[in-house]
Amino acid sequence: MTNTEQGARRVQDTPPAGDPVLSLRGISKHFGAVSALSDIDLDVRAGEVVALVGDNGAGKSTLVKILSGVHQPSSGTIRFQGETVTLDDPSAALSLGIATVFQDLALCENLDVVANIFLGKELNPLQMDEVSMETRSWTLLNELSARIPSVRVAVASLSGGQRQTVAIARSLLLNPKLILLDEPTAALGVAQTAEVLDLIERVRDRGLAVVMISHNMEDVRAVADRVVVLRLGRNNGEFTPDASNEELVSAITGASNNSVSRRAGRRQAQAASPHPEAGL
Amino acid sequence: MTDKSKSGAAPMLDRRDERVTHAAGIGDTIRAFLDRVRSGDLGMLPVIVGLVIIWTVFSILNPVFLSPNNLVNLLFDSSTVGIISLGIVCMLMVGEIDLSVGSVSGVASAILGVLWVNQGVPAGLAILAAVLSGAAIGYVYAQLFNRFGMPSFVATLAGLLTFLGLQLYLLGTTGSINLPYGSPLVRFGQLMVMPSIVSIILAAVPGAVMLYTGHRTAARRRAAGLSSQSSGGIIARAAAVTIVAELVVAYLNQGRGVPWMFGLFVGLVLAMQYALTRTRWGRSMFAVGGNREAARRAGINVRAIYTSAFVLCSTLAAFGGVMAASRLASSSQQAGTGDVNLNAIAAAVIGGTSLFGGRGSAYSALLGIIVIQSISSGLTLLDLSSSLRYMITGGVLAIAVIVDSLARRSRASHGRA
Repeated sequence: MTNTEQGARRVQDTPPAGDPVLSLRGISKHFGAVSALSDIDLDVRAGEVVALVGDNGAGKSTLVKILSGVHQPSSGTIRFQGETVTLDDPSAALSLGIATVFQDLALCENLDVVANIFLGKELNPLQMDEVSMETRSWTLLNELSARIPSVRVAVASLSGGQRQTVAIARSLLLNPKLILLDEPTAALGVAQTAEVLDLIERVRDRGLAVVMISHNMEDVRAVADRVVVLRLGRNNGEFTPDASNEELVSAITGASNNSVSRRAGRRQAQAASPHPEAGL
Repeated sequence: MTDKSKSGAAPMLDRRDERVTHAAGIGDTIRAFLDRVRSGDLGMLPVIVGLVIIWTVFSILNPVFLSPNNLVNLLFDSSTVGIISLGIVCMLMVGEIDLSVGSVSGVASAILGVLWVNQGVPAGLAILAAVLSGAAIGYVYAQLFNRFGMPSFVATLAGLLTFLGLQLYLLGTTGSINLPYGSPLVRFGQLMVMPSIVSIILAAVPGAVMLYTGHRTAARRRAAGLSSQSSGGIIARAAAVTIVAELVVAYLNQGRGVPWMFGLFVGLVLAMQYALTRTRWGRSMFAVGGNREAARRAGINVRAIYTSAFVLCSTLAAFGGVMAASRLASSSQQAGTGDVNLNAIAAAVIGGTSLFGGRGSAYSALLGIIVIQSISSGLTLLDLSSSLRYMITGGVLAIAVIVDSLARRSRASHGRA
């Protein structure tokens, strides 16, 4: 997609129309005495990329785990495609059409790439169709421009970036309606990051909803339609991707006077008076 | 993508990455095999090497060891514990263990004796009852493991004592029930061998199946644009398997012949191997053993997989117990005690199934139990007491576990699973 097209689409789609695919109201999660999430509201519409940002411990990964059925919320409601759902286990989320790429990738290192991509959804369960599974794996991986040497090697022998690609390929296998990506570009090189961002846009243009967690503001600005900030387990503002860095940073850290802005201030001051000794 | 193939045709789907070397001829295949072994992917190699050493040593010490009839006896004995060991393979695959298989086999043999001989229940029903009790025991273990989070080795250790007690209780004061000689079950365990023509035909079946499925798979892979095994390679492998099988059968036929019980055991091994490698259930077993949480997040019903492993293991243990009773023509207090437990576990580990879960094959039960029984048979021929036999078997198990651990470490450092 070219830049002008993208810009045009953005303008026309803000605010995004249509009913939300996913709608969270008052989601809370306690781990013992710790409230990891309290009263989280979130709407994600079809054909929209929502970036979930926040500092460490803000509750982003916990929220993703609730949406993928790994954890169950302590309270609150989840509506998916207009219906209230309970996600008791990962298979419930998968069968609804919620696919997840976890931060730790959740791959079986002793199995090969094909087995990992098709894990739990093998073709022809009583006499597995290895040929079709291998062909489909190559198609998925080639769509991602993956550099995987062979799909018949154990995942243990792949690099971090290759594993990440396998995990993303797996999430696309079932044509989900909502994709959750927890730090999808963390382990990737420059070219692969661009591929994944392209892929996120392609997925969005196919009408899927995407929730992406990232610490990389550049990536977030590049693909997100909305940026939702979490702070200490609570909603702390919603921004468009053209929001200024200060706005985002202060929402993430919770103050306009923070280490990031102080650092930026010092640099600005230095830039304004490049030769402080000359004034003496 | 750069196209490096010299022919100018589009490279096959799985051969586009120019960084990867692919074995082209026989020399390359051997080199790739040596590389794999060096990095710790040992597969069946240690057990085959071990078997060659053991057989050489024993045949030097006592030439009777390699006589056809001794090997026939060895196969009879291997079958009973081998069936139990096949269940252990299932447990090890998911990274758990069952220490009570000996006791469960003993209980099954006691149930068989009490129902069949004492109560006059038809033999078939008695066998069924014995095997189903094994399944029930496995289900109880699975519930303890899934619901209460009881570690499998503790649950089955408790079971070891419990079911040994049950076995003694069932057999009562007499302590031993003789099964009727001449009954089909006892003849199956002691006498029945295949007619030589049947054994020769059966020995040709694996090669024929390899040839057929190999060609079919290769054709499908070519059609899908994937690399495929050459016809020559398929034929060579099938021929090798057929020749080895026919030689073994021909040698055994010089003696009494191939026991039907061993045929049954091999059949179970092949069925298990198919289930583990070619079905979704088997794939899930590997996944749960490799990374339980990843398997859960992929939507696999992890509890059901554990339950299937526990039930299968105890069921096979019970069936092995029935076979042992038919082999000994009795249900006694000694059935399933002594070294049965350890032999079954050792066979699976010696055969190359990892104690750490997620690696192994059904063949390891077959090869492993032949190693164990060879040691046992060889030492018996040398008139050595069971005290020494226990020590040597224990030592072999220790070596097998060391090989497994070292191979695992080496695989980790070479970037293999």
